[in-house]
Amino acid sequence: MTNLYSNMNGSDIIITSRIRLARNIKDIPFPHELDENKSNEIIDKVYGTLSGDNLQGIGPFHLVRFNNLSSAERFSMVERHLISKELISNASKSATILNENENVSIMINEEDHIRLQVMMPGFKLKEALNYANELDDIIEGKIDYAFDNKLGYLTSCPTNVGTGLRASVMLHLPALSISKSVGGIRNTLNQVGMTIRGIYGEGSSSECSIYQVSNQVTLGLSEGEIINSLIAVVSKIVDQEKAARQVLNEKQGKELEDDLYRSIGILKYARMLSSHEALNLLSNVRMGIDMGIIKDVKPEVVNELIVKVQPATLQLQSDKELSGAGRDELRAAIVREAL
Amino acid sequence: MLCQNCNKKEATVHITKIINGVKTEMHLCEDCARENQEVNLSQPFGIGIPFSFQNILDGLFEVSGLENEEANDEIRCPVCNMSMEDFRRTGRVGCGNCYETFKNEMIPLVKRIHGGVQHTGKVPKRTGGLLKVRRDIDKLKEELKTSIDNEEYEKAAEIRDKIKELEKDANNENNKGEGEK
Repeated sequence: MTNLYSNMNGSDIIITSRIRLARNIKDIPFPHELDENKSNEIIDKVYGTLSGDNLQGIGPFHLVRFNNLSSAERFSMVERHLISKELISNASKSATILNENENVSIMINEEDHIRLQVMMPGFKLKEALNYANELDDIIEGKIDYAFDNKLGYLTSCPTNVGTGLRASVMLHLPALSISKSVGGIRNTLNQVGMTIRGIYGEGSSSECSIYQVSNQVTLGLSEGEIINSLIAVVSKIVDQEKAARQVLNEKQGKELEDDLYRSIGILKYARMLSSHEALNLLSNVRMGIDMGIIKDVKPEVVNELIVKVQPATLQLQSDKELSGAGRDELRAAIVREAL
Repeated sequence: MLCQNCNKKEATVHITKIINGVKTEMHLCEDCARENQEVNLSQPFGIGIPFSFQNILDGLFEVSGLENEEANDEIRCPVCNMSMEDFRRTGRVGCGNCYETFKNEMIPLVKRIHGGVQHTGKVPKRTGGLLKVRRDIDKLKEELKTSIDNEEYEKAAEIRDKIKELEKDANNENNKGEGEK
């Protein structure tokens, strides 16, 4: 269930790399204009391109419809970054195609007919783009895309036309968060056509000091150019986070050490944990491991917990419907057990 | 200065709007500003009102000088029946053809968003065949120019041959496309 996160590379500042391509089918109105029948036709059509044997070793893929999933199951997929909230707000008309280890998710009838997403642990934007391009070519082999020589791939929102590419890197930036530097980074990024957002994208808060850096401009630059500038910018942010950690360590070494040990203390012994508290403490522990201060906890355990403690994914780990307090109790128990 | 809405708290949010040359001013306290729909621009000041794409659309239309072209609201897209009015309300176009139907409005808007209007990225393999070849030719022509400037004539000759070959391909492709029609 938490594949991607258990495979994640330790406690690195860079958590995952993600590529998303927006594509639409030629001469068919965009999803928000379609009724259920038409929407289902599109789901069948897109899934049809990926269900054959002719996939050159990519796949197999399976289709996920939301009608037969509970609300906790749906939201857990959002928490695992497989799908967007917007996709399930339109559950009767949408679907997603997943591969076995869940690093590919092809959302159908979200804002666009097709939103092809490839996610990889670590700093692997180029690899993820190549993989996404292969899948894109397979789909395009059987489906005519809405494409214009001047404007490129046409999308429902003009902010995505051109490459339809949104490349993003998920970063863990606790020291920059503590030193309140993220706002400054945001301003600088805006000037170069990029943005930094909270863990669940647009408008979300940055629980756990986890942020996403992504490109904003999709037209006028090639995919390679977009990725290269993102790589350059992310590398700089990583350097800044490292520098901020060093400053923190030099100036407030004892306080920092105390903070980090208190965090692990609470996580190990608390009987009730809200998701907000758990995420913030886990963030501290993750940084502590990376800085070599906390030595007796495995980074994989922390990464997995970051996903497991979130409300919907937590609900799935219980047989009965939980109240808020019930969830806090279960969350504390799961964290205690793991640590 | 007191808030002009509640007249109780100190006004900390000051808004000056200039629409068609008419200037209006508002002075609100933080609470009233939060309630006020018109003050959506306040996110940069840290009040945290969601600031969506639709909110800025009208602003972009204003600077493009398109806000008064009411006649265009009569036009509807032949494929999805969307009007410009619908787009301004939802921030989304109805289908790919809308970009062509409303190109007078959409092209300046896209330019404002992205800074340019020429796609230079990936081209669909199957349906974008001709464009793909043309793009390759353009690239080679640039390389040809550089190698002539650098007096690398042997390399230039190689590139010239490549261009010839691609142009032949492009012509074939072109004829094939017309033949199908």
